[in-house]
Order: sequence, then C-alpha cells, then structure tokens
Amino acid sequence: MDIEETALPGIGLRHDFQTRSGRRIGVVSRHHGRRDLVLYDAEDSDAVGECVTLTAEESDALSELLGAPHIVEKLADISSAFAGLVGDQIAIDPSSPYAGRPLGDTRARTRTGASIVAVVRDQVVHASPRPDFRFDAGDIVVVVGTPENTASVAALLRNG
Amino acid sequence: MHSTTNIFLELGGVLFSLGILGHLALRVGISPIPLYLLGGLAVGKGGLISLGASEEFIQVGAEIGVVLLLLTLGLEYTATELLSGLRSNARAGVLDLVLNSAPGIIAAFVLGWGPVAAVVLGGVTAISSSGIIAKVLGDLGRLGNRETPVVLSVLVLEDLAMAVYLPVLTALLAHQTVARGSLTVAIALGLLAVVLWLALKHSPKVTRLVFNPKADRNDEILLLRVLGLALLVAGLAQRMQVSTAVGAFLVGIALSGPVAEGAAEVLSPLRDLFAAVFFVFFGMQTEPAEIPSALLAGSLLALAGVVTKVITGWWAARSAGIGTMGRFRAGAALVARGEFSIVIAGLAVAAGIEPRLGPLAACYVLLMAIIGPLAARFVEPVTRACRRRLAART
Repeated sequence: MDIEETALPGIGLRHDFQTRSGRRIGVVSRHHGRRDLVLYDAEDSDAVGECVTLTAEESDALSELLGAPHIVEKLADISSAFAGLVGDQIAIDPSSPYAGRPLGDTRARTRTGASIVAVVRDQVVHASPRPDFRFDAGDIVVVVGTPENTASVAALLRNG
Repeated sequence: MHSTTNIFLELGGVLFSLGILGHLALRVGISPIPLYLLGGLAVGKGGLISLGASEEFIQVGAEIGVVLLLLTLGLEYTATELLSGLRSNARAGVLDLVLNSAPGIIAAFVLGWGPVAAVVLGGVTAISSSGIIAKVLGDLGRLGNRETPVVLSVLVLEDLAMAVYLPVLTALLAHQTVARGSLTVAIALGLLAVVLWLALKHSPKVTRLVFNPKADRNDEILLLRVLGLALLVAGLAQRMQVSTAVGAFLVGIALSGPVAEGAAEVLSPLRDLFAAVFFVFFGMQTEPAEIPSALLAGSLLALAGVVTKVITGWWAARSAGIGTMGRFRAGAALVARGEFSIVIAGLAVAAGIEPRLGPLAACYVLLMAIIGPLAARFVEPVTRACRRRLAART
C-alpha cells in the first residue's frame, strides 16, 4: 500500500491511497486540527466524490475505531517490534487535573503525539477509550509513542 | 462629545449594513467583497449619504486592513512552501503572470494612461484572490481534488511575485521612474531575501526571539504582540519608503510553527473587520457617477481575465497530469480576483496617478469577485454540456 503525501500550501496536507477494492481514499489535514475524509469519484479520479469534515475530536474517535484494537493486541511486543516506540503505563493521581474529566479534554494526541490506547480500571482493560471516557483517580492509562512523547503524556496527566 | 456620537452613529450604521450585505452574499453564495465595494460607493464621494465624522477613522482602518490582509497572507505560507513552489512550478507561475498581466497592461496603453498605470493595471488583472479561492474550494469540498495543489501553487507564486512587485510599484508611484526609486527597491528586495533566508534556516529561532511559546498560549498576548510587531514593521517600512504592505507580509513569512497558526487564528476576525473597512474605503473614494463609463472597459477586462486564468489553470493542471475535467476546474478556480487587486489599485489611487483607474479597478473587481465563485461552481456542468454537444456533432 502506497500512501501519497501532497502539501497543500496554506491549507495543510493531503494523504491518499488506493484500496485493494479499487477505490481511492484520502485525508486532508488542515491547520488547526480539522480533517476532511475524502472518497474519490469512481469516474473522475481527480475529483472528490464525497467529503466529510471532521473535528479534531471526531477524527481521533474515528482513528481509534479503525486502528486501536490492533495496537492493543500488539502492545505486548511493541518495544521489540518498533525500535524507538514504547508503551507506558501512567496512573491518574487524585491530584491530577484530569481526574473526573473526559479523555477528550487532555487532547493528548494533538499536544504530545502519543496515543492513549487503553485504560485499566479495577483490573478491567477498557481498550480504545473514546474521547468522552471519564478518568477516575486510580485509573492506569496505557499510552504508546516515543519515549519523549509518552513522558509528555505523563507530565500532562500529572500537571495539566 | 458631539463628534464621538456622530462617529459611533456613522460607524455603527456602516458596520451593521456590511453585516446585512455579508449575510446576503452568503445566502446567494458569492463573495461579500463586491457588496462591500458597492456599500462604499453608496456612502462615499458623490454617493447617497456622505460620512463626514468617521471618514478619518475609516481611512486609518482601511490602512490597518491592508496590513492585516498581507500579514495573514504571509502567515498562511511558510518560506519552505514559497521556495518549493518556486522550484517546482516556476513555469506555471511565469505563464500565469505574463498571461494575466497582459490584459491590464494593454488596456492601460490603449486608454493612453501611460507606463506607470500599465504596471498598476497589470497587477490588478494578474493577482487572483487567494481568500476567495480557498473559501470556494473548501465550500465545494474540492480541497482533496488532485488539481487543487496545482491551483494553490499558482497562488503561492503570485504571492511571492507580489512581494517583489509591491516595493517596485511603491517606488514607481513615488518617483515615477524605477531608476530614481531604485535604492528603495534594492532595500526592499534585500530585506525580502534576508527574511526568506532567515525564515528558511532559522525560523523557529526568529519566532522564539520575539515570542515566548509558553506565554503565547494566551491568545490575548499573542494577538497584541503579532499585531504590534506587524504595525511597527509596516510603519518602519513606510518611513524607509518601502511598501507598508510588504513589511507586514515579511513579518507573516518570518513567523512559523504554532505561533503562526495561533496568530492566524486570533487575527482572522480582526482581519475580516478591517478588510471590510478597507473595501468600503476604496468604494468611498470612487465616484459612482464614473462607474458607468468604466463599465465597458471593465467588462472587456473581466472577459479577458476569465479566459487568461482558465488557460493558465488548464495548462498548469495538464502539466501535472490532470484529466480534462480537472484542467477546467483548475482554470475556473483561479478566476476570482479580489482583495489584492484592490490593494494594488488602492496604492495607485492614493498616489493620484490616473483618476479613471479607481473606477475601472472597482468595476473589474466587482465583476471578477462575483464571476470567480460562480465559474468554479458551474465549470463542471458547463464543460460536460460542451463535451456532449461536441460529441453529438462528430
């Protein structure tokens, strides 16, 4: 699968690729976090047939729906599989500014680049939590990213 | 006390009416710029109502509008984007400028207005409105289209060309010949080169020199700093007789990263306000009585302007390997002219070189700001119908 990246000066970036079923699909990432999910016209391959505009929160939710289960499955051997990528577990302290607040409020992916892939609460794993998932004190948050990025998530969850 | 009351009443009336006009434009699906110009015609010299108390304020507001238009334009593009656009699409850019300045230059000579007016009118007809075009492409859901990067790269090159053109024009308008203004032109071009180099190699450092990323999470501080800096540089540029607009544009280019994005966001309502004031002011300086006599020349220029932009877009898209429909879409998308044509004409009107230039430019932009979005919207059905007719004939 070849993902093509094209710069859109003044607007952002476009990524697109051809699916195995023959459709072309792409994402236009605009500045300020808005995303356009675009499906190319089957007849005129230069033109967008369908365009869905997503907010930052919606595109996070969509990407988690599409991709997160795989990430969780591979969490165990992730450090060996991808050099430079680590999974980290961060506890939510009672003093954390995000205790009692929804995950979406942290904007962790936008701000740090690391993804929150699961939350462990009372020994139960909540895989791919949605942005409206509410943190409680004592939750263990599982993040994936580079060591620096996961460290920034830890700082973010501790200090806001 | 009394005069403030009048200013409030007039300004309030003007802004409220602009709001209504903007709403109308949105309903019809055209750019509000032509309606703002018409609003200015109605309240200016020889118009229906005359604004006495607030004219001075509107004039200053209009100049701030120019600074903000160019500042946000500079913020939109990074130096890397400007230079990579220059490298990969230089031929399309040259074709665009030559083809689209030609009608203006020819018109100025045919009308007997002389070489300086020709330089002005060439600029007026050449530069597309990146504001209108980005909005139209977004509204029509065409940001993901494969011809869209082609359209955007033409716009990027026009903006880079403007950074060279505006100081030359300012010098020409002040000195009437390039030779006598060559020092200020050299200063401006030198500054442009330095700013581009700095922005390219050391942009984060430059941005950090002026801005503290932590403190600037605060929108208010960011707004005050960026706006203040742009006005300072614009004022300095003015004092050195380099164009104010270019000063603001360079500030925009020099800033990068999150600061630039944040600044663009907080400045955009302010830009909308003062740009509207600028369009009104331009309309105010134009005598409505002179519009009918400019209408013929304006319509011919508009017709030529549509054709030359469609050819530009068609050619640029073809060299990028885009199909027939996409080539026409690219051409039609480029048709809109707007804010920058008015900025250029405004400089000439302020310098007072040719009294009939203002009405002609107003007329031209009125037409092109309306035709542009309509052309982009209807290019597909029109092209399809033409092809069907051609196919039926053969």
